[in-house]
Amino acid sequence: MEKEKVIEVKDLVKRFGAFMANDRLTFDVYRGEIFGFLGANGAGKTTAMRILCGLSRPTSGRVTVAGIDASRRPEEIKKRIGYMSQRFSLYEDLTVRENIELYGGIYGMSMKVIIPRREALLDRLSFTQYGDMLIHALPLGLRQKLAFAVAVFHDPEIVFLDEPTSGVDPVTRRQFWEMIYETASHGITVFVTTHYMDEAEYCDRIAIMSEGQIAAIDSPSALRKQYGTASVEELFVKIARPQKSKT
Amino acid sequence: MKRFMAFVRKEFLHIFRDVRTLIILFGIPAAQILIFGYAVRTDLKNASIAVLDNARDNVSTELTRKLEASEFFAVTSLLESYDEIDATFKEGKIKAVVIFPEDLGARLTREGNAAVSIIADATEPNTASLVTGYTSGILNDYSATLTGHITSGLPVIAPEVRMYFNPNLQSHFMFVPGIITLILIMVSALMTSVAIVREKEFGTLEVLLVSPLKPWQIIVGKVAPYFFLSLFNVIIILLMAWFVFRLPVRGSIALLIAECMLYILMGLSFGILISTIVDKMENAIIITFMVLLLPGLLLSGFIFPIENMPKIYDYISMILPPRWFIEIIRPIMIKGAGIAYVWKETLILAGMTLFLMVLSARKFKVRLEEKAG
Repeated sequence: MEKEKVIEVKDLVKRFGAFMANDRLTFDVYRGEIFGFLGANGAGKTTAMRILCGLSRPTSGRVTVAGIDASRRPEEIKKRIGYMSQRFSLYEDLTVRENIELYGGIYGMSMKVIIPRREALLDRLSFTQYGDMLIHALPLGLRQKLAFAVAVFHDPEIVFLDEPTSGVDPVTRRQFWEMIYETASHGITVFVTTHYMDEAEYCDRIAIMSEGQIAAIDSPSALRKQYGTASVEELFVKIARPQKSKT
Repeated sequence: MKRFMAFVRKEFLHIFRDVRTLIILFGIPAAQILIFGYAVRTDLKNASIAVLDNARDNVSTELTRKLEASEFFAVTSLLESYDEIDATFKEGKIKAVVIFPEDLGARLTREGNAAVSIIADATEPNTASLVTGYTSGILNDYSATLTGHITSGLPVIAPEVRMYFNPNLQSHFMFVPGIITLILIMVSALMTSVAIVREKEFGTLEVLLVSPLKPWQIIVGKVAPYFFLSLFNVIIILLMAWFVFRLPVRGSIALLIAECMLYILMGLSFGILISTIVDKMENAIIITFMVLLLPGLLLSGFIFPIENMPKIYDYISMILPPRWFIEIIRPIMIKGAGIAYVWKETLILAGMTLFLMVLSARKFKVRLEEKAG
């Protein structure tokens, strides 16, 4: 079966003055896969992700997300994707139900659609008893799960997760990844950046960025074999460590 | 529109759920009205006064010269008739009118005494009582030179004092417009900048920007609730002023509200501008205090009359929107002035508002596009 491309990036360049943040990136992401995007700080992954989300325009190159050209109609992309950032994305002074209503509303869903879906979601997560609690009264692990559930509440084609698990304990991270797998199994593509190399092992494919370029891209096992390393962590240190002269 | 309304609803939830916000919104205006019901002392220097000289004789000429020569006054206009008094006061350029009766000199020689009227603009009660006090003093001095000694008992020339606009010298008359000016800055500029910067700090702004909401929808959605709350606040303050101090609004309420809306827009634009510059809520608060609130309090004429300040502060205060706003709403509320008297100030304030709006909109756009990662 031919795999369907949901993100296509060809020769993407993003320049800030003389600084080349993204230097001719080319890669594809397929529907329903979990795609890990790795790189040291400053390697250019946030810049690339912002372009994919329709937040900034490429300097040159072709970027298509969910069939839409990111240079020409970035606003259309925004309707088709979900997003969760490393920093907390729910409103702490709103209740669980109000947060869900807000995001549903922002993505153009009517209350008639939102309410039954919201209750179904709370039920599925066994969150019903927390429904009317304020977010800041919830433990961090629950908030994180909820933030993810909210990011995919409107059934996006792709969900972008920007270091979603920083500062979370290992048990919660584990549960979080179970949610990611479940989401991917429903055909939603997951594009995730992370600093945790064990998480990189959970991805279907990973791309490692270094100094604005993609240094390696393949499945974790294929990359380990290719570079002869025992783990993605070793692999990462080998490929992505910034050169001393640059720092 | 549906997206936008969902967003505005959330903003109201933030406001009504935060006790501190509610205190700032409703507690502070009430407290300030009551606290500022008391007066603040001020001094007098070169206050502009007008003279209506019906006598045109030696005595009136001499008295006018003496008034002019004192360091307290500057005689800036000579009126022709009683009809001009009201308009002159409404223009707000003079603090008092001294009226010499037709028979001043004649009566003085015939009967040995006469009366001079002093009408003071009591919009600022402290200034008014100082003006009348000093004027009476000058008249008494002159009487003394006529009789060769300081009169015990009735002076030869008796001052008849009348307070205009505010006959009982109630000082909260002047504070209510000042409080409106400050509260509107707090609610419109301070609270909106904090509300926007809060979203930056918590990372929720990022999520909003990735959503299909357009940047202008985010900004308008953030500030719209504060626009309505600010107006609501104006109404509360006016009602309190009426029920506690019996201070009526003499001019058109519609004009007053319209001017308040203009000023609120200025505050909101200022708040947005600040939110594009800073990344921390504390900094938003500090900048608003330093740039708008403190100078607004000290230099706008709210507490200290501008005419008593060194010239340089007068010039500095000209770039402060609160100064112009006070100069607009004080005459409307206290003197019943119409747009004809405040159109110039209104135009200046509108210009400032437009400038801040354009600047903040551009800054916000640039900010979004330049953010590198």
